[in-house]
Amino acid sequence: MLQEKILRNIARNSRISTEDLAAMLSASPEEIREAVAQMEKDGVICGYPTLINWDRIDAERVTALIELKVTPERGRGFDRAAARIYQFDEVESLYLMSGGGFDLTVIVHGRSMKEVARFVATKLAPMDDIESTATHFVLKKYKEYGLSLGQRKTRDERQLITP
Amino acid sequence: MRNPLSKTVQELAPSGIRRFFDVANTMDDVISLGVGEPDFDTPWHIREEGIYSLEQGRTFYTSNAGLAELKREISRYLKRRFQLPYTENEVLVTVGGSEAIDIAFRAMLDPGDEVIIPEPCFVSYFPCVKMAGGSPVRLALEEKDEFKLTKEKLMSVLTDKTKIVVLPFPNNPTGAIMTGEELRDIATIIRERDLFVVSDEIYSELSYQGDHVSIASLPGMAERTVVINGFSKSYAMTGWRLGYAAGPEEIIQQMIKVHQYVIMCAPTTSQYAAIEALRHGDEDVACMRESYDERRRFLVKELNDMGIPCFEPMGAFYVFPGIHRFGMTSEEFATSLLRQERVAVVPGSAFGECGEGYLRISYAYSIENLKLALGKIQNFIDTLL
Repeated sequence: MLQEKILRNIARNSRISTEDLAAMLSASPEEIREAVAQMEKDGVICGYPTLINWDRIDAERVTALIELKVTPERGRGFDRAAARIYQFDEVESLYLMSGGGFDLTVIVHGRSMKEVARFVATKLAPMDDIESTATHFVLKKYKEYGLSLGQRKTRDERQLITP
Repeated sequence: MRNPLSKTVQELAPSGIRRFFDVANTMDDVISLGVGEPDFDTPWHIREEGIYSLEQGRTFYTSNAGLAELKREISRYLKRRFQLPYTENEVLVTVGGSEAIDIAFRAMLDPGDEVIIPEPCFVSYFPCVKMAGGSPVRLALEEKDEFKLTKEKLMSVLTDKTKIVVLPFPNNPTGAIMTGEELRDIATIIRERDLFVVSDEIYSELSYQGDHVSIASLPGMAERTVVINGFSKSYAMTGWRLGYAAGPEEIIQQMIKVHQYVIMCAPTTSQYAAIEALRHGDEDVACMRESYDERRRFLVKELNDMGIPCFEPMGAFYVFPGIHRFGMTSEEFATSLLRQERVAVVPGSAFGECGEGYLRISYAYSIENLKLALGKIQNFIDTLL
């Protein structure tokens, strides 16, 4: 229960202080520290990245969503192919999908469309188990990880004092 | 020229909150902990339903008492959440809880009828009773009782003329709640003395110690209670201006009569959005409640650590700390805090004389905002000691 409450809070703001969390959840800072350490150890918490809108500083950066049709391997399904793919630094996310005529969705970052195209052509497409690839470039990101990347409210529009 | 004004209206005291607001509003960079409305936006699926109703051209009056579909959903909601028996014919959709308060008194009071108003409380009951021609009777609640209405207190103000007891729980500004057990004591008196209850339950979804209990769910009470509720606080819909009253058909029918002459019907767009809120909004309510609860715990702890003692409020989104040790009135304290540190809180005295010596601090703000304001309150206190 405490674990879930911690997770819900740090999912929104991983920089929240242990002391603040403790006060909010009526726990001691020690309990919070222990719970977080345990979840890190258990692999529940896998990291603390920052949500960045790269478009604001680097107009050249591109993101592509690539659909892969893969021949499954007897006994291991798609796991071996997946392991060979997700270890590339270029791969940001990798999902096994249901339906749609393909099996894996790969999300790849690159400095240019050319770079991504080269990655697909030289690394992904030639793999033994890969039957086909379809690459879709992202034109604009509106929302990631539950947070809007576009316009954000910066002003409290409420009256200063209301009954 | 003759005096164009009504004596009744002229004699109404101007709202203490208004006075303070006028001061705050002349200043820049004020960090406010002074609002009585959620900081969340209305959940998108609810807003989207309002937009859709506009696209569909649903821009006409609804029937006086509200859309049948909405009244049905309200009736179901009251049953599933609070075990209330009111049917859709015993529901009236109003322009915010405020309108429901006003017309409940107008439908029920004759000159000389007394209405017990436990204070500190929301600012409207007293003037609404006055304007309805009734006689408001203030009843001062105390911190030693956690600002709850006790049997003894209630007994002490009853007269032969008493007709209605207002029950404003969960309470604005104290955050006090009444448990089922505590309500049973009150209900016994209400039935024995043949009284009625106007139960303002607008904060019913913001109760942090188990589910809210409505006095109308107790035996023999539904027929003598008008429950007031609405969408403002629970679904973060203040600007939509939508509330409702539920009560015995005999009273609701008379309220509808007043409502149809002065209002016609509540805003149509808001009514369509509200149907969506009741059908699919439980998750949003639970989420917001959890956030408020975390802020509440945070604020109570920080204030106590700062030496501003504060009983633990179990409802609404306010804390009501005492400031007696600083030797100032609550208005002096709030005004100095505003001038020196640019932090706005509301003097407890704005909610009744017995609120003197307290402040209402709202936690309808993000933790970051609360921290910022608390730091400034600490600075201010340091200059006092």
